Amino acid sequence: MKELFRDLLATMGIYDAPREGRVHGLLAEYQHPGALLSAAKRMREEGFRHYDAHSPFPIHGMDGAMGLGNSKVGFSTLGGGLTGLALGTWMQWWMSEVDYPLNISGKPTFAFEYGMPIMFELTVLLAALGTVAGMLALNGLPRPHNPIFHSDRFARATDDSFFIYVSASDKKFDVTKTAEILANAGALHVETVSEPGEDAAGDGVARTETVSADEVPVMTPRL
Amino acid sequence: MASPLAQDLAFTATAPSSYDDEAPLVKGGLGFHDITELVSSHTEKKTPFGWYAAFGVANLALLALVVSLAYQIYNGVGVWGNNVPVGWAWDIVNFVWWVGIGHAGTLISAVLFLFRQRWRTSINRAAEAMTIFAVICALIFPTFHVGRVWVIYWTLPIPNSMEMWPQFKSPLLWDVFAVSSYFLVSLTFWLIGLVPDFATLRDRAAVAGKTLRAQIFGFLSLGWTGGNRHWRNYEKAYLLLAGLATPLVLSVHSVVSFDFAVSIIPGWHTTIFPPYFVAGAIFSGFAMVVTLLVVSRKIYGLQNLITLDHLEKMNMVILVTGTIVGFAYITEFFIAWYSGNPYEKYQFFNVRMTGPLAWAYWTMMFCNLVSPQLFWFKKLRRSIPVMFALSIVVNIGMWFERFVITVLSLHRDYLPSSWGYYTPTIVDVGMFIGSLGLFFTLFLLFLRFLPMVAMSEVKGILPQADPHFYDSHEGDGAGDGHARLAPPDASVQAAEDSQRHTP
Repeated sequence: MKELFRDLLATMGIYDAPREGRVHGLLAEYQHPGALLSAAKRMREEGFRHYDAHSPFPIHGMDGAMGLGNSKVGFSTLGGGLTGLALGTWMQWWMSEVDYPLNISGKPTFAFEYGMPIMFELTVLLAALGTVAGMLALNGLPRPHNPIFHSDRFARATDDSFFIYVSASDKKFDVTKTAEILANAGALHVETVSEPGEDAAGDGVARTETVSADEVPVMTPRL
Repeated sequence: MASPLAQDLAFTATAPSSYDDEAPLVKGGLGFHDITELVSSHTEKKTPFGWYAAFGVANLALLALVVSLAYQIYNGVGVWGNNVPVGWAWDIVNFVWWVGIGHAGTLISAVLFLFRQRWRTSINRAAEAMTIFAVICALIFPTFHVGRVWVIYWTLPIPNSMEMWPQFKSPLLWDVFAVSSYFLVSLTFWLIGLVPDFATLRDRAAVAGKTLRAQIFGFLSLGWTGGNRHWRNYEKAYLLLAGLATPLVLSVHSVVSFDFAVSIIPGWHTTIFPPYFVAGAIFSGFAMVVTLLVVSRKIYGLQNLITLDHLEKMNMVILVTGTIVGFAYITEFFIAWYSGNPYEKYQFFNVRMTGPLAWAYWTMMFCNLVSPQLFWFKKLRRSIPVMFALSIVVNIGMWFERFVITVLSLHRDYLPSSWGYYTPTIVDVGMFIGSLGLFFTLFLLFLRFLPMVAMSEVKGILPQADPHFYDSHEGDGAGDGHARLAPPDASVQAAEDSQRHTP
């Protein structure tokens, strides 16, 4: 059960906090969308699950490369839409038929014909709000604190660079070996992500500060 | 590796934009970073003097709105020119005009998205902002026309001590639901679209050491990291929102037209209104987008992002919808004659063509039916001064269309004893000019503080955003781990080359 919950959070990009002094994970930078796509696929094939590919725009084919199925947002839209339809119907019927019947030019107190516009508008409104709520819930947003932001390089993920982040919570994670896999997949640069000020002596990789490009073992990409 | 699929991919690699036979959507060989820089820098630099000047003028006009509203609230709606028989005038004219302008934003962001019109990415952000501001301006008029604005919440089904509920049979109440739903959905759509760009601004502010700015955009970006796990749900949500906004935008102006069509006034009581109103809304909205973008792309130096091709496409939409609207005008005449209804015939053939307010009718005809026909000529369609002038003419025409429908129908109905004339008061004029002031105030704030082009979306349509752009020429697809890893300069060069070589 606990495992299931962990995996659910991992689908949102929220991973277990590491034990004190350990790194959060590894961040590898790639040169372009093509390299990111093949690296993401490689990670999947190597058996990694707690990882994500970060890019400034959605990359076509990445869901398939990472082995992610269809997004579940639609269920939330459907739920919102049905709620809106039920609310619009029930509200108009109860208010004008039951609670406060008004005779307007002898028209029926309630009829679907005149109820249609408001039923439709509320269906669309609640479906739209349901979509947004579902998207935020499935993504685990808003999430102001994310260890990945400790990396200075990562600022370019919203500009023009492409990253793969592998969390230390992944069963297959091992700082040296995983870094090697990331580098072999064509990374320009691999670095560890750890809490600022943490002592990571146990790993022999992380430093006490947010790791900067000079301090981390930079692997040469295999071209 | 010589499978048919691999050969396909190899073909794609040699001609990266072969899936798209259009000219490049973004000109000047811009890369990902160039787009970030081009769009973000305008929100980061010192406020230019010109902005203050424009903002000052807009604020003066906004002041006219505040003063007019204060005067109107204190004295009542009698300060407007509306009176029996013309009980509805500039208030509803302005309302319909503004709502209609707003519709182009939704059309660009939602309908063109569903039709996979990738050129929309350069203009959708500004157009959606225009939608939201136009709907805000629109909502002022019915809100204050209720007279006692402090009880405006009576239009909503809120439990109250009078134990009364709204009257759901009224199209005016449908309007309350339609326009407020439309506003909320448009706002949500816009804000969700802004999240990745807020993240870009956040990261740029953090790198530049502007902590407060980074915190504000950090809050707004909801912790966006651009992870594919997020993009996946985000894109699905975006698609669903577009799918929802499309019928919504059609329904909103249909419901607005019901305000008229459900009544029995000659000139209003017609079944053509819903499609005719929707076409008119798109027509005027696109004209407003052209007006705004022609100016802002020049000031912002975004000619490579919002190219002449984009403007030409919008002008084509103006031509098409203008012709639909013109066709509807002529259909109204045909139906008035064909129905044999004397009141209907009188309204169309006498009142509109030769009545005391016929000048308004002919203004409308000229602006909406005749003037957009100039866009048949490619040269005029691509001329900035022509399109700027025409877009303003179109919006004047569309304002007069609503004036003709509302006032001309009301001032001559069944009984000659209840005929009248309409003149606006200074308060009417003040409110209209004031609503323009509010609109431009909001739009200028948007231009100053938010990215006016959807950066993440524009980056996504560049040829180099396609992972298969980088496929090695040996026929291996990018997906199989053999993507070509050229040195950075070479890949940028390749991207630029591919853009230059596209005809």
